[in-house]
Amino acid sequence: MEAKKVRLALVGLGKMGISHFSIANAHPATEVVVCDAADFLLDGIKKYSKRPAFRDYDEMLASGELDAVLIATPSRLHAPMVRKALARGLHVFCEKPFCLDWRDSEALAKAASDKRLVSQVGYHYRFVGAFQEMKRIVASGALGTITHVLAEAYGPVVLRPKGSTWRTNRTEGGGCLYDYAAHPINLLNWYFGQPESVSGAILSPIFSADTDDEVYATLHWPGGMSAHLSVNWSDDSYRKMSTRITMTGTNGRLYADRQECQLYLRATSEALPDYAKGWNVRYTTELTKPVRFYLRGEEYSAQIDEFVGAVQCGRTATQYDFASAAVTDKTIAMLLADRDSGTTRSRAAPVTVEKRSWFGRFGGMGR
Amino acid sequence: MTLDRLLFGDNQFFGINHMSEEKARTQAMRFQDTAEIIRVLDAALDEGVRTFMCTTHDRIAEVCDHMRANPARYADFRFYPCMPYAHKYANAVTEHGMLGAALHFMPDDGLFKTALRGASSLATKDAEGILKILVDMEMKMFKGLNTPVIFLQNVVVDLILGMGMDEIFALFADHVRKRYDAEPGFVTMNMPRLYDALTHVGIENPIICANINKIGFRTCGGLDAYTELLRTGRLRAIAMSVFASGAIPPREAIEWLANLPNIDAIVFGASSRQNIRSTKVLIDEFFGRPASSSGGMNTSKGRIEAYNGGLLGLATVERT
Repeated sequence: MEAKKVRLALVGLGKMGISHFSIANAHPATEVVVCDAADFLLDGIKKYSKRPAFRDYDEMLASGELDAVLIATPSRLHAPMVRKALARGLHVFCEKPFCLDWRDSEALAKAASDKRLVSQVGYHYRFVGAFQEMKRIVASGALGTITHVLAEAYGPVVLRPKGSTWRTNRTEGGGCLYDYAAHPINLLNWYFGQPESVSGAILSPIFSADTDDEVYATLHWPGGMSAHLSVNWSDDSYRKMSTRITMTGTNGRLYADRQECQLYLRATSEALPDYAKGWNVRYTTELTKPVRFYLRGEEYSAQIDEFVGAVQCGRTATQYDFASAAVTDKTIAMLLADRDSGTTRSRAAPVTVEKRSWFGRFGGMGR
Repeated sequence: MTLDRLLFGDNQFFGINHMSEEKARTQAMRFQDTAEIIRVLDAALDEGVRTFMCTTHDRIAEVCDHMRANPARYADFRFYPCMPYAHKYANAVTEHGMLGAALHFMPDDGLFKTALRGASSLATKDAEGILKILVDMEMKMFKGLNTPVIFLQNVVVDLILGMGMDEIFALFADHVRKRYDAEPGFVTMNMPRLYDALTHVGIENPIICANINKIGFRTCGGLDAYTELLRTGRLRAIAMSVFASGAIPPREAIEWLANLPNIDAIVFGASSRQNIRSTKVLIDEFFGRPASSSGGMNTSKGRIEAYNGGLLGLATVERT
């Protein structure tokens, strides 16, 4: 018998929201409705997609005809909106970063777990074949003792001193730290868990007035392993966002980006019989599992597939759940705390909380 | 109209390589001088490959300038523009927000910019008007040049497809036919689903460019569904990523492709005359030699690239 369709509400029609809407709407096991406070896209979706649309989040939740929500609103709104959805007994997929305050993240992770609801955060790199292969290799122990990791992300987002949206404002969950650095940090958490401490955090503007454009830090794990984080979203020598992880171990070196996974082994490992001594390269063509519908990368569809499947069979504790994302939020907080401790010299401008119009735009959505 | 069998793609010129970021960068360095791009296009033309399927990247404008300045040399040359160049829009959205990005790409003097600024629901009232303006903005660089087929690029096609906004495809098709006397083309990673959508809105015998390769790399909906559609559907298919980013040896890839029905054209990329020639020789061997340089097939986007004397197929047209 075919599993029951998942009635899913897509909330927030921004850059990620419309992409999620397209993928979720193309999924055979969903019935999608949309919610956005701005008419600009909502009316277009109503007219051309012919999907039900709501302007008011609370009104939509009150309609009582949902199984799950996908929250893709500005980061500052994640915590209150997720809280309301969980209170209604809905499964939740939330865009990254999860919550700006890690205490919210942990409380919501617990709430989802207590209510046995499916939770997931959109860290899509965990669905990229090469990074999954890296996970398998790390878990096998074939690298020996890993002593150091380099986690990088570069790309061309803010290239001029102009433009202002929530994505370029730290207090709203924008900036290079939340938008870019969160991804390699989340991969580090996936491979190694929560670091013990952070030092040398530098969060500096290059062009932005309100936030950081480059993020550097050293992360330390129990047992002595360290990682350097190097992230810059004002670098147009990259055509698009490029995330890469390099690991050094006593038995070799491992590198992965979206396209390939390269492993140099000093000696073969019984735990990894499909890899030879010396250089091994696996490309995306062999590491990527096919998806039913493709938009911008298999990983975006795979994460929605994972969520819909988890809702259908009630799979609650996953590698992608709120608890996993709370670890990343906590790591981000460690970076900020180190920056603020004054032990490193940061050029970051002081953060001032200013009134923004987002809550107003979303009307009843956030409060 | 008849599509040329062999179409020359542009991924190799812009640092797009779905196999390796390092190789992509090496290529970006080599082709940062537009003269180098033109040199390779000249080689393609001399080898009988006269159709260039290219994204509406800013640098293509420089290629267009060169072609307009040398009309005799390029009298037979044609462009199959693929729009839009998605990254400039995606980055603009991060910088300016959704509405801000739309404003950013509207002509400064247009009524639309004024209307968009004040409007609350322009999307409903004039999606068609916005679409026409965006297409016209992208087409500016090709003024006076031959553009018999104009493509919507895959990120946009697949975004619209997933959202179920099939009517937008018809709006695009109408505009391209009326304003540019061109055929509409659609690049996709989801060919069977797109074919159904296009048929649904009355676009008959559509030109569709998609990954078609022996290992089924990025043939979403399944390779079986692809081959079944080629057998039973009424479409003009353009195969791209036929070497699946180098995962399939060239001869094996082309031989497999030649046994499929309904493949009108193949898109490939190359950085040297030698690689253009070897690909053309291979295609002619398996598909039969065309009567003239105009060939007898359709067009699109794929690419073949040579490293260490071997052929390496580079994947798709354009992805974010």
